[in-house]
Amino acid sequence: MATTAALRGRGLTKRFGEIVALDHIYLDVAQGQIHGLVGPNGAGKTTLLGLLLGLAVADEGELEILGTPVGRTLDAPDGVAGFVDGPGLYPALTARRNLAALAALRGRDNHGADIDDVLDQVGLSDVADDRVRGFSLGMRQRLGLAAALLTEPRLLVLDEPANGLDPAGTKRVHGVLTRLAANGTTVMLSSHRMDDVESLCAEVTILSAGSIVFSGPLGKLTAKNQELDYRLRTSDPVAARALALELPGVRVIDDADTPASQDSEVLVVRALVPDLDELVARVVRADIALRELAPVVSPLEAAFLSLTDQTEQKEAGR
Amino acid sequence: MTSAVAEAPPSPARPVPVARSYRFELVKLLSQWRVRVLLIACLIGPAGFVVAVGQQSSLPSDTTFGRWMSSTGWAGPLVLLGFSGTYALPLLTSLIAGDVFAVEDRLGTWRHLLVAVRSYQRIFAAKTLASLTVIVLLVVGLAASAIVGGLASVGAQPLVGLDGHLLSSGDTAGKVLLAWLCVLAPTLALGAIGLLGSVALGRSPMGLILPVLVALAMGLAQLLPLPIALRLALPSYGFIAWIGLFTDPVQAGPLLISIAVCLVWAVVATVLAYRLFIKRDFTNLSNDGGGRRALVVGVVPLVVVLLLTVGVITWSARPTGSGIDKDKLQRSVATAFAHLYRLQASQMHHPDVTESAMGAAAACTKGTGQVVQDGAGTDWRCAVVWHLPGVTAGQSAVYELDVTSDGRYQADGDGPLQINGYFMVHTGTGDQPNPLWQFDGNVDLLPSN
Repeated sequence: MATTAALRGRGLTKRFGEIVALDHIYLDVAQGQIHGLVGPNGAGKTTLLGLLLGLAVADEGELEILGTPVGRTLDAPDGVAGFVDGPGLYPALTARRNLAALAALRGRDNHGADIDDVLDQVGLSDVADDRVRGFSLGMRQRLGLAAALLTEPRLLVLDEPANGLDPAGTKRVHGVLTRLAANGTTVMLSSHRMDDVESLCAEVTILSAGSIVFSGPLGKLTAKNQELDYRLRTSDPVAARALALELPGVRVIDDADTPASQDSEVLVVRALVPDLDELVARVVRADIALRELAPVVSPLEAAFLSLTDQTEQKEAGR
Repeated sequence: MTSAVAEAPPSPARPVPVARSYRFELVKLLSQWRVRVLLIACLIGPAGFVVAVGQQSSLPSDTTFGRWMSSTGWAGPLVLLGFSGTYALPLLTSLIAGDVFAVEDRLGTWRHLLVAVRSYQRIFAAKTLASLTVIVLLVVGLAASAIVGGLASVGAQPLVGLDGHLLSSGDTAGKVLLAWLCVLAPTLALGAIGLLGSVALGRSPMGLILPVLVALAMGLAQLLPLPIALRLALPSYGFIAWIGLFTDPVQAGPLLISIAVCLVWAVVATVLAYRLFIKRDFTNLSNDGGGRRALVVGVVPLVVVLLLTVGVITWSARPTGSGIDKDKLQRSVATAFAHLYRLQASQMHHPDVTESAMGAAAACTKGTGQVVQDGAGTDWRCAVVWHLPGVTAGQSAVYELDVTSDGRYQADGDGPLQINGYFMVHTGTGDQPNPLWQFDGNVDLLPSN
């Protein structure tokens, strides 16, 4: 069985005049994986996604998509679909007509069933014959995803696909992406919503100022990180607080800037995972019911903030 | 590390064929309410205009062929053609070609389109062809509507040409269609300028109105006493040159030159738009292709084209002065008068007399005769003399001429009353003003060989 990366970047560098948008990026993404791409604004995410879609070529480095080297603009191989900076839709056309025009552009005139199917997948069957002009942002995002699905992609590139989605829409989009990945499609997903990335992605790449500050499994990112803040809701907050204060590796947070710490029934502690485990064991042994345990900010978000802060400090120090 | 199921590498990226991309662009264009409204307006408006004006007692006699609108249905399409050259066609090209690229900037759909089509060249070709198709469709709609309206409301009677001779209905039909066909050349030139504006100015509304502004500026220039070579080198002359079809012989020189000039402008402006388009950076969202450099790259070559065409026309056609001199006017007025005299005789059931038997001649004077006898002006005065068989004494009539700098003139009878005064004549299509009272003419601005 051969091993093939859906995406393989080696030393990718892209400049816009004096600005280095991407600085020697090395990236591997496996087939059938949903890979998250996160980073602050201006980190180079859109530029990287643009390279994957073939909208631009790297000034330096090598890029291989689905096993095919990409050397020229608009040279991405068949099977690559998606959008950056929002889906491209024509407001004067209905949702169905947008998809039909796109299908006809690709020489697939008689694929009405496919159009119905992708509209159903993204939950837009009921508004299929409405003009896109009246669509909300979330509906446009879903229609953009439907347009990408219509091409039966092997690499799907999505930029902020969850923008404007309500919980039901988010759930539907997550379901579509998970099914695609299960069927072997690679999904490259850029998002500022860490909860989306955490719930969908097996691996994540964090970009900051054009450089990769982390790329790998989410679990590895969490383990590498520093102490995290956790909120504990127990049946006896006073006793739980006393137990936490006894443990040297656990700090109780009473910071006014942490909203959770203002709730008298909630204990907020800062600890590494082993120390947190010890605290939980002591709470349980003390016959205190543990009703809720959750990080105050997600591990990914904490890592993101920590790593990008470090990069920004380095940049500022130069 | 990554591993996955082995799968054949995908086929290399293939751009979408131009035909499919063209169809996609047509679908987008025709889905816009603005384009649909234009199509409907072009199909209904001209017919309504021609029918309504043809029924009026006061006809637009200050426009070429306007005075004949109640006499023949062929006059309406020609009046509308003159009007379209000034207003409608620049506006149509603005709204179609001036927006065909900019609309993708407004909608933020460039990246989507590029990923879907995968070829800058094919996107440009498809957009250019689609906008050209819609523009031609609108022009055909205008012409067809005006012709149908004119023929349905007035009928297909013969038309009096600009040298006074009567054109048969069949001959007129051919010339009317040819005139509309000729006007496609300046329309294409404006369309190409619209493409250039749409590419060079991006989201800026200036791109949308560029053809209108260019047409207005060039139209105003045509009113000025410009050197003939410069006048012919401006694409706007193409909206006027068709009137040379309605003289005998046809004034083919200015017409062919203006068509050639317009086609050169169309090609050059399209090539410039293409070069700007393929050099645009679509990865930078803030860059919509507009900017001072784009404007300079677009404008400077067109100025060079203008100067070159002025040089070529000067060298090849050797125009002199204003192109409107005393001899040309005298010949034109005498010819038109003789033809119209025969028409009047026929309408009034007087004995027919041939033009050669009349031997009409005109003596024209500008102002008091002390000024240069050349150029446009409202101070031309012509005395026409002719002979009638069996009558020893020569006949004479006087006209005051309003000559415009593009060679057109309107002759207004100044006596004697029974020859060129205002009175109604009974004709097959009802009472008509005396054809010798006022008439339109046109002199060829280029020297006759």
